[in-house]
Amino acid sequence: MATVQESFPTQRAAILPRPKSTTGFWSWVTTVDHKRIGIMYAVTAIFFFLVGGIEALIIRLQLFSPDMNVVSADVFNQLFTMHGTTMVFLAVMPLSAAFFNYLLPLMLGARDVAFPRLNAFSYWLFLFGGIFINTGWFVNAAPAVGWFGYANLTSPAYTPGLATDFWNIGLQILGIGTLVSAFNFIVTIINMRAPGMTLMKMPVFAWTTLVTSFLIIFAFPSVTVGMILLTFDRLFNANFFEVAANADVVLWQHLFWIFGHPEVYILILPAMGIVSEVLPTFARKPLFGYSVMVFSTILIGFLGFAVWSHHMFTVGMGPVVNSIFSLATMAIAIPTGVKIFNWISTLWGGSIRFKAPLLFALGFVWMFMIGGLSGVMHSSAPSNAQQQDTYFVVAHFHYVLIGGAIFALFAGLYYWFPKVTGRLMNEKIGVVNFVLMFIGFNVTFFPMHFLGLMGMPRRIYTYDPALGLQFWNQVSTIGSFILAAGVAVYLYNLAVSLKKGELAGEDPWDARTLEWMLPNPPPVYNFARIPVVSARDEFWARKYEGAPAKEVAAGSEDEEDGIHLPGNSYFPIIMAGMITLFGYGLLYSGALAVAAIILTILSAMGWAFEGVGGTIIYPKGDAE
Amino acid sequence: MVRSGNKLKRIFSIVPLASAVAWAQGAFAQAPQSVFAPAGPVAQTQLNLLSLTLWIAIGIFVVVGSILLYTVIRFRARPGDPIPKQIQGNTTLEVIWTVIPIIILIVIAVPTVRDAFGLASPPPVDDVLNVRVIGYQWWWAFEYPDLGIVTANELRVPVGKVVNLTLESNDVIHSFWVPRLAGKMDVIPNRVNTMWFVAEEAGIYYGQCAEFCGTSHANMRFRVIAQPENEFHAWVEGRRAVEAFSPANDLVARGQAIFESTGTCFACHNVDGTAANGQVGPDLTDFASRTTIAAGLLANTPENLARWLRDPQAVKPGALMPRLPLSDDDIQALTAFLYSLE
Repeated sequence: MATVQESFPTQRAAILPRPKSTTGFWSWVTTVDHKRIGIMYAVTAIFFFLVGGIEALIIRLQLFSPDMNVVSADVFNQLFTMHGTTMVFLAVMPLSAAFFNYLLPLMLGARDVAFPRLNAFSYWLFLFGGIFINTGWFVNAAPAVGWFGYANLTSPAYTPGLATDFWNIGLQILGIGTLVSAFNFIVTIINMRAPGMTLMKMPVFAWTTLVTSFLIIFAFPSVTVGMILLTFDRLFNANFFEVAANADVVLWQHLFWIFGHPEVYILILPAMGIVSEVLPTFARKPLFGYSVMVFSTILIGFLGFAVWSHHMFTVGMGPVVNSIFSLATMAIAIPTGVKIFNWISTLWGGSIRFKAPLLFALGFVWMFMIGGLSGVMHSSAPSNAQQQDTYFVVAHFHYVLIGGAIFALFAGLYYWFPKVTGRLMNEKIGVVNFVLMFIGFNVTFFPMHFLGLMGMPRRIYTYDPALGLQFWNQVSTIGSFILAAGVAVYLYNLAVSLKKGELAGEDPWDARTLEWMLPNPPPVYNFARIPVVSARDEFWARKYEGAPAKEVAAGSEDEEDGIHLPGNSYFPIIMAGMITLFGYGLLYSGALAVAAIILTILSAMGWAFEGVGGTIIYPKGDAE
Repeated sequence: MVRSGNKLKRIFSIVPLASAVAWAQGAFAQAPQSVFAPAGPVAQTQLNLLSLTLWIAIGIFVVVGSILLYTVIRFRARPGDPIPKQIQGNTTLEVIWTVIPIIILIVIAVPTVRDAFGLASPPPVDDVLNVRVIGYQWWWAFEYPDLGIVTANELRVPVGKVVNLTLESNDVIHSFWVPRLAGKMDVIPNRVNTMWFVAEEAGIYYGQCAEFCGTSHANMRFRVIAQPENEFHAWVEGRRAVEAFSPANDLVARGQAIFESTGTCFACHNVDGTAANGQVGPDLTDFASRTTIAAGLLANTPENLARWLRDPQAVKPGALMPRLPLSDDDIQALTAFLYSLE
């Protein structure tokens, strides 16, 4: 590339110099490039997805029949706790974050996110938090309190040892990264859109990212409060959730579900955003009812905070509270249903090309619909008393989180793979991947509806042979291995396509949004010149509707159109490491904890006084 | 287009679908813990609501799913397709598909609220049976405060009578669930929850803890045994008439001695009419009349009892009953003693 680079003058002496390498291991460790961070999020999240999946397969093996002894009761309880925790916090959320990271600046026409170093900091907290939570497996102290950790089972009297602490403190470490990331995306979306891109001209994926980020900011503090109280209970013998001190243990459930229900939308809204990008491209039509889609996303975000107690219909809140939360929950079905209708209308009258990303997106619409409808069934409090904490609920939320979120994320993985690598995923293997996952998923989870209504509670490592539950459990276990085979085919496809995939060209799908105007993979500075946006589907409008190809300089004028690239930094990983060390210190050694606090503060200071650094790049000579 | 429409209609014809669902419901109702086999008004009301929402859900899925299927088949790309018309949206359609779900939801909402209030308190009758349920890791205590008796893991009730339960926990949160009689209610420490049910047919109803409560959550099972009023009273009278226990033979006497010796059973278990008055584990006064042991886990047979006494944790992981150093003779004697507790 005919680019010119020059070092940016560093204005202050720094504790640690800015790292210099631009390739190799250290360049990844110290990177602040949103694209590299996005790739690291994706790889790490897929790794944890496999870990959670293996946990699930062991669970399914144990439940194959009532007399299985694959694992002990305690290990089974650890497995479902870590399966839930891993899939929610270490697989689906960070996989969504991978898409936010890689795509948002490209979709918005920005050079990077607003705070590149904070972005790296979020990633490292995610990785270290994930390692922290999983430490329990290696020191014979894996948590066994469920991903929801209801008090007072989490009290030291009932779960002595470090297991519950790994879960409790690990989630707080992850929470910091998630919150930082949410602020970062909000600031990016509000401030860094290309000229002409009003909020109502943003891609819907940017909207779902924005709403998701606000949900994170409002939801996470609630569970964080709960977890801090629990930390004080467990480490310093406080009495927030101690029954002997007259605590009301239901407090935890409120604190948890005020977070926990919006969390469902934190998991599903990014998926909806991805589907809202994929369907228009492959139907060659704009998203039907864009503004309705935007407002229904916002409405789902608001209502998401008004329904938490539907997770608590059997707590004994009384008919008034149960009725109110029933009605609020039903209300959420309205904006959700509207989305389904708009997706179908997007396809209606289109010219639908059945490529792998579209197959996964259609699978999403189909199965999310089933999950949504069983959700409406749960909303009726009196009837919910027969469904709560049974396999019917397990079926329901897996239809939302696998049939919904995971299928949409796979649609995104197939759709944007050429953008990231310059190559297409193998289409034939992709179809096999989809078919296996679709069949495997439904065979695994549809029978769970039956099991729940036949009286099978959740979280049981064995069941009474007299209950007649064996047949459908066997079907479900067989399905889970078909689903796993589908995931294995994806990994195979990934390996094959990375090496030998067909070269994609810049716009392999005849797509509609800004990121497809860039070369594959995009240069480190993204846009040499920022496009001026005049339409929602700007790229499509330029290709087919004669929209003016206006653009402005990417850099500022006093830098003669040079683009300032921030320098890499050691501090994000150091500070994330010190915070994680503090977590270990809380469990193992007060001295270590104190030292880690001091080191955290020092690394924050080092970060603050690091100096500007970076390079200025002049991409004028680009062929582009 | 018309032909494929007819085909879809055939595939999704409501008649085979309805019969398939009815068949499935019938098959699932055979399961002893099934929601589809209600034996009392509470479970029946809840099933009616469940059926309503289930049919609405199936109906919506069939209609919307068919439209989706039709759309992707009808509008699949064909060679030489022109660029589709770039339609941005349609306000009338948006209004229609906002209003229709609202109407459908009202159909669900009205009975939901009606039943939420309807089931909140028992019918206003005087002749009720009051039972205090206490959840323990991992078994259930049932106290009849008006009758002055206590039992464990098998709740006996008279057929047709309103049973009022108060639910308390001794340790962590549990949930009391007998699917054929009533939906679940959580059992929470420092709280007293209430629920009610009526068993309209005599029989044994399976129940199970439905809130994760630690290692042996899966083994926290129980039974509700509904008997005709006279049989229930006979049981109550027999249960109350326990006087000082006198062993029928030497083996039973030896069993009683082991039971009451230092560091063994009596420290945790109560048996009316003997020196054993422990309050930690299940009351064993009517042990011989129970159908199961170890909280619904095993049939109450001498072999199972011996297995349980030999190594409780091997039968029920995490069980709080200690593994005592009992010889085979001890176990034989204890078994004889326990089976003399009618």
